[in-house]
Amino acid sequence: MKPRTSGSVVRLAAPLRALAQRFSFLLLVLASIALMMVGKIDALSVDNARARVTDAFAPILDAISRPAATAAHVVESAVEVRNAFEENQRLKAENARLLQWRQAALRLEAENTSLRSLLKATPEPPSTYITARVIAAPGSSFLRTLVVTAGRRDGVRKGQAAIAGAGLVGRVVEVGEWSARVLLLTDINARVPVVLESSRQRAVMAGDNSDQTKLLYLPPDAAIQVGERVVTSGHGGQFPPGLAVGVVSSVGERGVRVQPNVDLARVEHLQLVDFNMPGAETEPSHETK
Amino acid sequence: MTLTLWQRLDKTGRNLAPFAVTVMLALIGLVPVPAPAYGPVAPFLTAIAIYYWAIHRPDLMRPGTAFLIGLLQDLLTGGPLGVNALVLVLIHWTVMNQRRVLMASSFGMMWVGFVLVMLGVACVQWLAFSALNATVLPFNPALFQALLTVAMFPAVAWILIRVHRAFLQG
Repeated sequence: MKPRTSGSVVRLAAPLRALAQRFSFLLLVLASIALMMVGKIDALSVDNARARVTDAFAPILDAISRPAATAAHVVESAVEVRNAFEENQRLKAENARLLQWRQAALRLEAENTSLRSLLKATPEPPSTYITARVIAAPGSSFLRTLVVTAGRRDGVRKGQAAIAGAGLVGRVVEVGEWSARVLLLTDINARVPVVLESSRQRAVMAGDNSDQTKLLYLPPDAAIQVGERVVTSGHGGQFPPGLAVGVVSSVGERGVRVQPNVDLARVEHLQLVDFNMPGAETEPSHETK
Repeated sequence: MTLTLWQRLDKTGRNLAPFAVTVMLALIGLVPVPAPAYGPVAPFLTAIAIYYWAIHRPDLMRPGTAFLIGLLQDLLTGGPLGVNALVLVLIHWTVMNQRRVLMASSFGMMWVGFVLVMLGVACVQWLAFSALNATVLPFNPALFQALLTVAMFPAVAWILIRVHRAFLQG
């Protein structure tokens, strides 16, 4: 008797399983779409979940990103050895120029201090820097973010500026215990209030997932020169004013494009900067992702 | 035949290989490569893995597994939740519908099938990201990413075949 029942169960189970399989596909598709909705509606808890998972995987990502970085160094140093002589000449010339600039900077600093003391201006609060290594960059056509090895326990907070070498890279959007995510300037969700250094024209710099960024909200008659420096304006209280961002690379029908100072594809280490800005304690509202 | 505890553990471990390899590929896809213009077109490695395992061992790569791996990828890349999960589930579903054809065909045909799948993936990704950002994004990066993934297919498939032979046969 027993074998027969199990046989009929098997006969029944096959179509049932097929049905379940088809149903599971639909269910999973619906679940994915539901998740997209949840991400739109409740961005905060999604960010928290993301920070937890990134934290959990950070040690593995850290480990596997090291050999890649080493290999890149080896290739790069081979290329550099070839150009060492010209590079040396160029650096000597640049060093001589920079020494002059240093004198100028020292003189200006002294002058600034004395003028400030005359005006009784309140000194800007000192900044703190947290250096972190980049351990992950998603290979995706539609995302420009980095994961770095510094988190809440290192003093990283949401909204802090991330800088590398010559300028701004992005800002912290998500903080885990020992990892954090930086939204790059070129991401489609990135918005930075900037000012053009010589024309003092204010604008908002927005990413569009390409290597360059564009300037929004410029008046149509604004006279903008290619090569003009773009710095943060400090509006919105996220970044301090005067932080170098990039250089205007083209002015045309497609709008004003800005080339970021930092090569965002090659950032290996970056500094997260806490400028101790007044009002920075209240977390700035972030656009939902 | 009853299996001893060790045999059962060994079998479970081996059966986890497709999942483990796919997760590993998801993590490798996150490694920052300091080459200009690489990031936007970095190959979508997990798509290759899901495609391969869904053809050869659908019993070990269920749609739910594909969904979970996609979700993990969404969480780690910092993108909107659900996009990769949706894409991987769709790849799995497409393969399951055409599995008989794909099983019977040569490696070349499998590759051709993957080209079609990746074109579909590029469209779905582009649509999803455009909808979620409420703008029309340029399609080209997604297309180039799909092409690079297609170009990487033989190399990754070779590794997967190695893993398949080493852990899941005999």
